[in-house]
Amino acid sequence: MTLLLAAEMTETEVWVANSFFLVIALVSIGAALKMVTTKNVVHAALYLLIVLSGVAAVYVILGAEFAAATQVLVYIGAILVLLLFGVMLTRAKIGADTDLDYEQKWIGGLVAAAMGAVMGYSLWEAFSDVKLPDDRLVQRTDAVADSIFSTYIVPFEALSVLLLAALIGAVVVARRD
Amino acid sequence: MWLNQFLFFAAILFCIGVYGVLTRKNGVLVLMSIELILNAVNINLVAFGAYNQDIAGQVFALFIIAVAAAEVGVGLAIVLLIYRNRRSINVAEADLLKG
Amino acid sequence: MITQLLATEAAHAVSPPAIFDWVWLIPAIMAASFVCILFLAKRLRIDAHWFGIAAVGACFLFSLAVAGSWIGYVSDASHGEEALAPGEQAAASDLFVAAAAADEDHAEEDHAEEGAHAPSVSCLEADEEVDHEASAAPGALAFAEAGESRASPCPVVNQVSWFDNGGPTEEGGADINIGTLVDGQSVMLLVVVTFISLLVHIYSTDYVHGDRRYTHYFAFLSLFTASMLFYVLSSSTLQMIVGWELVGVCSFALIGHWWEDRPNSDAALKAFLTNRVGDIGLLVGMTILYFAAGKTFDIGAINEAATTGVISKNTALIASLCLMAAVMSKSGQFVLHTWLPDAMAGPTPVSALIHAATMVVAGVYLIGRMYAVFYVGFGIDGGTFNAMAVIGGLTCVGGGALAFVQRDLKKVLAYSTVSQLGYMVLALGVGAYTAGMFHLFTHAIFKACLFLGAGSVSHACHHSFDMKADMGGLRKYMPKTFWTFIIATGALAGIPPLAGFWSKDEILAGAGVWPGTGGNGDYYVPFIFGMITAAMTAAYMTRAVWLTFFGEYRGHAHPHESGHRLTVPLIVLAAGSVVAGFLNVPSTLPVLGSRIGLWFEHQVEPAGIASFPTISHAKASFSLAIVATGVGLLAGFAVWSYYKRLYRIDRHAAEYTDHWIARMPVLRAGHTLLVNKYYLDHLYTGVIAGSVKGWVARAAYWFNQNVLDGVVNGVGIGTAAVGRFVYKYVDQAGIDGAVNASGAGASESGQLLRKVQSGKVRQYAVLMFGAAAVLVGIFIVAV
Repeated sequence: MTLLLAAEMTETEVWVANSFFLVIALVSIGAALKMVTTKNVVHAALYLLIVLSGVAAVYVILGAEFAAATQVLVYIGAILVLLLFGVMLTRAKIGADTDLDYEQKWIGGLVAAAMGAVMGYSLWEAFSDVKLPDDRLVQRTDAVADSIFSTYIVPFEALSVLLLAALIGAVVVARRD
Repeated sequence: MWLNQFLFFAAILFCIGVYGVLTRKNGVLVLMSIELILNAVNINLVAFGAYNQDIAGQVFALFIIAVAAAEVGVGLAIVLLIYRNRRSINVAEADLLKG
Repeated sequence: MITQLLATEAAHAVSPPAIFDWVWLIPAIMAASFVCILFLAKRLRIDAHWFGIAAVGACFLFSLAVAGSWIGYVSDASHGEEALAPGEQAAASDLFVAAAAADEDHAEEDHAEEGAHAPSVSCLEADEEVDHEASAAPGALAFAEAGESRASPCPVVNQVSWFDNGGPTEEGGADINIGTLVDGQSVMLLVVVTFISLLVHIYSTDYVHGDRRYTHYFAFLSLFTASMLFYVLSSSTLQMIVGWELVGVCSFALIGHWWEDRPNSDAALKAFLTNRVGDIGLLVGMTILYFAAGKTFDIGAINEAATTGVISKNTALIASLCLMAAVMSKSGQFVLHTWLPDAMAGPTPVSALIHAATMVVAGVYLIGRMYAVFYVGFGIDGGTFNAMAVIGGLTCVGGGALAFVQRDLKKVLAYSTVSQLGYMVLALGVGAYTAGMFHLFTHAIFKACLFLGAGSVSHACHHSFDMKADMGGLRKYMPKTFWTFIIATGALAGIPPLAGFWSKDEILAGAGVWPGTGGNGDYYVPFIFGMITAAMTAAYMTRAVWLTFFGEYRGHAHPHESGHRLTVPLIVLAAGSVVAGFLNVPSTLPVLGSRIGLWFEHQVEPAGIASFPTISHAKASFSLAIVATGVGLLAGFAVWSYYKRLYRIDRHAAEYTDHWIARMPVLRAGHTLLVNKYYLDHLYTGVIAGSVKGWVARAAYWFNQNVLDGVVNGVGIGTAAVGRFVYKYVDQAGIDGAVNASGAGASESGQLLRKVQSGKVRQYAVLMFGAAAVLVGIFIVAV
């Protein structure tokens, strides 16, 4: 993939990248739609897997390879498994379930459409003629590491504490007695 | 490549996530929809990072991934607790905040 | 050109005393006392009142010092003028002649020599520099040749910048400054507030002794005094609004001091809500003035803009009407006065402090502060009729009439307060500025005495205020209370030479219709109202005194004279009621007139400065004084003989059971009208609040039905529901009328809005995301 994104992309390469993006985006959006409408909880988790993989691929197209790797490791490897554990621990029905949604779905649709409309309009107004630089470099992992452990060391440490707190909190909340 | 193609992709994912949060009764499915929303935000960060040639976008996306992990941990713990107390993870029934 | 030159000369002659830079300490001390009482009193096991009394005592002494400095400053300013006159004056006129000759501009020369209407001096600085005394230049200028050229020093303003908005430009807003403004009016009120507050603090140590919220009581007394002083010293209109609201909040807390009883908390709520009505007027009026005067919050600048015509007459009229609404609510003017008598639910010392002497005069003080605006807006000069004078007139007659039918001694005094506040507003409305301010001053003293006297009486009678059931003949048991009460009553009724006589007389003269008085215009209607009130005041006070102190004791307690902590403040205030009037005797009075005549006016009323309108002064009239006093005495005597006759029939009776007066239908109807307080409460709670309540409830219901649940069950059901709803809430509530206003309204709409709080997280999420979308939409459209 890195080859695809080497500096000084040719027109062909841009075209290829765009085609890749289009396919990935359409698949992800379709999977996301299925995820929020499916009647089967386990299927929903699997559709989420497709979306998360698609997002990881988009990261690669954008040159954020480390983020893509983390996405795969953390989201697909950990979070999704965690969610599946949740599905199992709460004894969700394996197979179709009729009682997954509210009756008035149109409210959710309306709100989501309204948000989509305002966001779409403002994005169109603000960035309709903005192009990504063609000669951009892949953001190297060592640069990411440098940045995290120098400029962003304090947020990083705070995040570590947050994770610890979440760990302890989850244990405290979920334990049996 | 246009910046907007990524932003629109993110916006659509975000809206689908919002729709999921608003329509799903099952606690685990609500959490999944929230993941969708967080991913949409991440795409925005990375896309702007690429546009500005700045590493900060990716770094913050990483931070958000970490926060999402924490969020799912705590969220699932809460869902489990609700399930244990009510034998159901139907969030529509959890209305203890009722005034 | 010349004016500026002389202004700088005079600036070197007199600079304001340094103590004026420190007046901000006065409210600060009281605020510190509030904090100390709240956080330290219980912890240190010190009685709360020591903090309060120490603080307010210090403030009183400080205020006296400030007053002394002000008096010195005023006389320095005029002496400076005299010193300036011989030498500098000559130089100045030489210069002037030279300038005039050079310019060949004789018109200006004519203008300068005009005399009586000496041009007013601006007190504003050329460069808007804050953090610095705004004006050292007293208006005492070399207009010595002018006829009545009494010139006051400019108000001394000390300000610090709070928000720097880049100055009043096209796109920038005015800088917001906070600070103190010291002039005659604020110094006068400083002394009054701290003096009454000190006595009330001392009195309260006995009166609320052993109360369960003793500490909180004193804390709020301190906070109230602090806010009132803050309000009085404000240098900008924004600061005034803040002080105004603070005073209202403290009043709420103190009226509802015994909130466990429903009527008390209702009364507190009523006072608060009624004041909200006026606050809208205050806000709107101040906003209008801010823009009309060229984006400034500065009181002096706004007033100066009004006198110099920067604010057009129509704008000033609209602003004045808005501000008048605020005055009506805070100072208990007619139609919005209903909260004031109910506010008697608070402890009696609070009534004395807040609802007689200080807080309710905030409205009158507002008129005085923005007097130029009102003066221009209402066209007081040369008029015969204006909104302020008429509202004042209606209030003093309407409030006075209500005082006749009260059984409760405090309510009589409350309506009397309403009536007297109407008097002050009337005075200001006819252009008698000093008379209004002077009446504020004297009224504060004798009304505080009356309220504290009523408290002392009730202290002896099992905390009852019912004159007919629990009082009577108390003069034998409590002589000190009796005599102080009599003196204050005499002062209120305007018996010479007590305080009220002088101030009331000045107001009547100020209306300008009595032959030989002059004044600003021919205010016939206000004058007649004033005259009627003079009679009524004497009559209802005689009734109250008779029912309380004469006849036979009708209660079941064992009345006794109150302790020293109650009687000493009474005696001090009674003494004040005797002497206070001599501060402003007419200059034509034999012996005293030439020495201390119009002393108060010279200290308090600004003259010759641009932030105050040039008003003409009425001359006191001996015949008017005799007639007004005679009317009062006659009315008092009529009531007296009425009760005397009753006493001869039945020694224990408090009213005629079967009298020809009671049988007359017209009088009975009038009595019913008065007992029902002109049905104003019914109007407010039943009709207005009732119908509005329906609207609020219906709106909430609609919101709930259509937006939240999204249950649109067909037009038919909807229509039926709305129809039922309209029937239930609008018809029933509106027609039945007697719905308990604000409390029930809030609770009803709360009940309906409660359904929004469904506890369903999804609904919250819908609201949040939906609101976010709407908000973004607004941004897109607006930006």
